[in-house]
Amino acid sequence: MEVGLTQILFLSTMLFFIGVYGFLTRRNMITMLMAVELMLNAVNINFIAFNKYLWGGKLDGVFFTIFIIAIAAAEAAVAIAIVINIYRNFGSIDAEDVDSLKL
Amino acid sequence: MAVSNIIFYLLSALIIGCGIMSVTSRQIFRSAIYLLFCMMGVAGLYFWMQYEFIAAVQIVVYVGGIVVLIIFSIFLTHRVGSDLAEPEYKRTLFAGLASLFAFLLFWSVIKRNEFFGEQSSGELSVRRIGEEMLNYKQGGFVLPFEVVSILLLAAMIGCIVIAMRAQTEKN
Repeated sequence: MEVGLTQILFLSTMLFFIGVYGFLTRRNMITMLMAVELMLNAVNINFIAFNKYLWGGKLDGVFFTIFIIAIAAAEAAVAIAIVINIYRNFGSIDAEDVDSLKL
Repeated sequence: MAVSNIIFYLLSALIIGCGIMSVTSRQIFRSAIYLLFCMMGVAGLYFWMQYEFIAAVQIVVYVGGIVVLIIFSIFLTHRVGSDLAEPEYKRTLFAGLASLFAFLLFWSVIKRNEFFGEQSSGELSVRRIGEEMLNYKQGGFVLPFEVVSILLLAAMIGCIVIAMRAQTEKN
């Protein structure tokens, strides 16, 4: 079967919902962050595929992808700083254990 | 079947397989390593679509930056060798059903739709990306570029402020 936009969209949709499944089932904060990264990657694949197959000669999808990658890096850094701070205060990074804003 | 199609299906199998293992593995360190291979597969997909610059950015930022940061934080917050707790059966069931039906819904929409557009031909040069990024005329990308640079600065300062140990009251 000739590979086109439909196959790539199938792949990215599947990756996105794998991320959703991980986000809903996991209760450890670091693994939830990994599931969010999977979802962001699925979105990036979509932008690149649309840019290649439907938007030839223009660069909007490429720039969206570059900015999403930059924002994902900033988000991961801030999230991990928060997770390490929570571990220092609560002794656990399970989302169920962290139930108060201030000790 | 052309070689390029076979490469696409191999890359898809790598991405999907490593993604599923990453969200279901009971050992958090293995989960991070599966995430790393998943990101490598996505970078390979960008190479397959001839967007070499994006693939390089993906490898540098995701594989070299974010996954390493996640592995460091795992080492700081977990004892090596301890397994994660088993998720509740009910939660797994309903999350799986919700994801599956949402996937089927989206897939039915995608399959019915026909896409019309102009396919890009040839490679994307890094020179063109750089020129567009600093282009301040109509359709240029200098404003989002500046906004993202301010965001990165804010995130850096925010990380330092959050991670800094609060001064105790007794001084």
